[in-house]
Amino acid sequence: MISAGMDVGAKTVKVVIVKDGAIIGKGIATAGLEATGAAGAAWEQALGEAGLARDAIEKVTATGARREEVGGYDDAMSEVVADALAMHVAVPEARTIVDVGAEEGRAIKVNADGKVLDFAVNEKCAAGAGAFIEAMARAMQVSMAEFGKLALESTRTIPINAQCAIFAESEVVSLVHDETSRPDICKAVNDAIADRLAAMSRRVLLQPKVALIGGAALGIGLQDSLKRGLDLEELVVPENVQFFGAHGAALSASEQ
Amino acid sequence: MAKYKTESLRCWDKAKELRQGVYDGIAKARDEGTMIVAGGTESAIALPAGFDMEFLGGEPYGASCTFMGIKDSSKYMKYFEAAEAAKFPRDLCSYMRLGFGSFLCNSYAFGGTYPKPTFNLQTHICDTHGKWYQIMSELEGVPYNCVDYVPFEWEIENESEESKDLKRDYVKNQMLDVIDWMEKVSGKEFDDEKFINAVNWECEATNLWARCCVVNRSIPAVMDEKMMFSLYVIAVLMRQRKAAVDFYRELLDELEDRAARGIAAFGDERLRLLHDSQPPWHSLEIFRYLEEFGAVSIGANYSFALSGGWAYDKENETWFPADPPRVAGVELKTREDACAWYANWLLEYHIVLRSLRFSGRGKNQRMHDIVKKWHVDGVMMHLNRGCEGTAVGQMEMRYYFSENNIPSLTYEGNHADKREFDLPRTKAKIDTFMETLGVRKFSEE
Repeated sequence: MISAGMDVGAKTVKVVIVKDGAIIGKGIATAGLEATGAAGAAWEQALGEAGLARDAIEKVTATGARREEVGGYDDAMSEVVADALAMHVAVPEARTIVDVGAEEGRAIKVNADGKVLDFAVNEKCAAGAGAFIEAMARAMQVSMAEFGKLALESTRTIPINAQCAIFAESEVVSLVHDETSRPDICKAVNDAIADRLAAMSRRVLLQPKVALIGGAALGIGLQDSLKRGLDLEELVVPENVQFFGAHGAALSASEQ
Repeated sequence: MAKYKTESLRCWDKAKELRQGVYDGIAKARDEGTMIVAGGTESAIALPAGFDMEFLGGEPYGASCTFMGIKDSSKYMKYFEAAEAAKFPRDLCSYMRLGFGSFLCNSYAFGGTYPKPTFNLQTHICDTHGKWYQIMSELEGVPYNCVDYVPFEWEIENESEESKDLKRDYVKNQMLDVIDWMEKVSGKEFDDEKFINAVNWECEATNLWARCCVVNRSIPAVMDEKMMFSLYVIAVLMRQRKAAVDFYRELLDELEDRAARGIAAFGDERLRLLHDSQPPWHSLEIFRYLEEFGAVSIGANYSFALSGGWAYDKENETWFPADPPRVAGVELKTREDACAWYANWLLEYHIVLRSLRFSGRGKNQRMHDIVKKWHVDGVMMHLNRGCEGTAVGQMEMRYYFSENNIPSLTYEGNHADKREFDLPRTKAKIDTFMETLGVRKFSEE
């Protein structure tokens, strides 16, 4: 069976096509205020990679906060359960999933069957979300990749407010005015986000292995901060970190 | 076809009539210049019942403002805006802000001008309450008194009898002082017989409500929490009156009959949830949304016990409806007797007030007990930014649920200020929670 999953997130749209459980195509496009165009672009990439036409897809399941804006799917599911399904395939030994999306951070506890046992998401505050890291990278006038690399150069720990993105941002402004070095600021921001994610992960009674996914998982600075924050020997960062929601949705579509 | 039979509650209109009667009575007292006492409704409201008076309780008034604002929020938002214009910050208790704003607008949500009380009487049940009516009294220019409240520890903490005795005496003596004070500031004579009756009725009404909640252990639940909001408010508003006792006696009979006949509050019940904290009054549709999945909130510690009435069974480590004086074979003869009994009732059996002060093992035990006895499948916790009291210990409790494999969901909001509530996001969280509990919307099956 050929099925697809579409994850319409706050910032990007991801599409994954699976055949008999294996990924055969994937696409990602940045969505602005209007997500439909981005969904079209993501579909085009994924179908191109799979070498298929749209009508070859037997079933589409969607996830993500903005999915209703885009439409064009047969079924819908939550990001939490989609992440768990995909993780069960990608890293079956993972028991805790930390997903840092643009607008929402999540911690998900799963069992050996990939069933969700517990989950926590950040509340209205953006302090556990990827959008905050992006905003700080922009403030530092560096790319996300560079933001992570700079953080690893720092040798200092500067605690900043992990509870509120607004307060954290104003503290970053103070650090800039104090002429604190950019690596130290980058590390402080990553540490603050990681503290928030660690608190969320502990709320679901964190168990190893811990896997980090979501767009912000690509940041090596955040990986380092979270590993320290959770006092982990190993933090798994699987391939295709941005596609777990779409992959899980595609797997769900193929199950039904 | 629904799984269970449903019927309208015969008491429903009576509940609405009683509630409206309280607010109409306050308006009438305002217009006729007779005595109004205001304060937190979880204050010892039997105390001023020694006078002929109407009691304006700040919390149910705030909840009513918000609920009435569902259709036209401008009617109550003006109260928030007036409070904010007077420099009261948004992180204060939202009921308190509605009270301030209502006074500052000189507007009564039930019509006409704000009913200025003869005096304010408060019990300092949480860190906010004492200050709330102190400020209100300063604004209104009326006398103010506050009974300090030091609840017993949760039973699991094994508080000593000596400590309890000290607390009983402390609260009882304050009550006696308050009676003298009320006579002085009102210039009216306190009627001990009326007070003693009020204490008896308050204990009886809250005992009966607790018994109604026990009936709700039935599967299917005979009440859902939406119904409870309209039913428990009678105890909140007027538990010191005989009419409340009569109402709950009738309700209990009706609920027992419904349970015997398998009548459900919601015909498609397949998942039972327990709620925590006040609901978001402006967005009660979330409870209706749960029904799309076949889920019913069977209540909350808050809804079960807001006005007291639960005793602890040490042997079986559970709670049961506390015996009021006449059932316990106690005749209250004097003002002192009534104050002593009343102080003990509030300290020992008012377990919501206790949960506003002490986080930790005791509340966890109480919640777990409800989960077991009411056959609960999951817990929905409102992280209520509008009430610091009910927020006490919530994340600690969330951790406890995880440790005990009790599925739980937290959602952030504010019981009265809808500006702090995100309905689509809350619904999305409910979607996820339901999916993890293995149910989908009926419409998607």
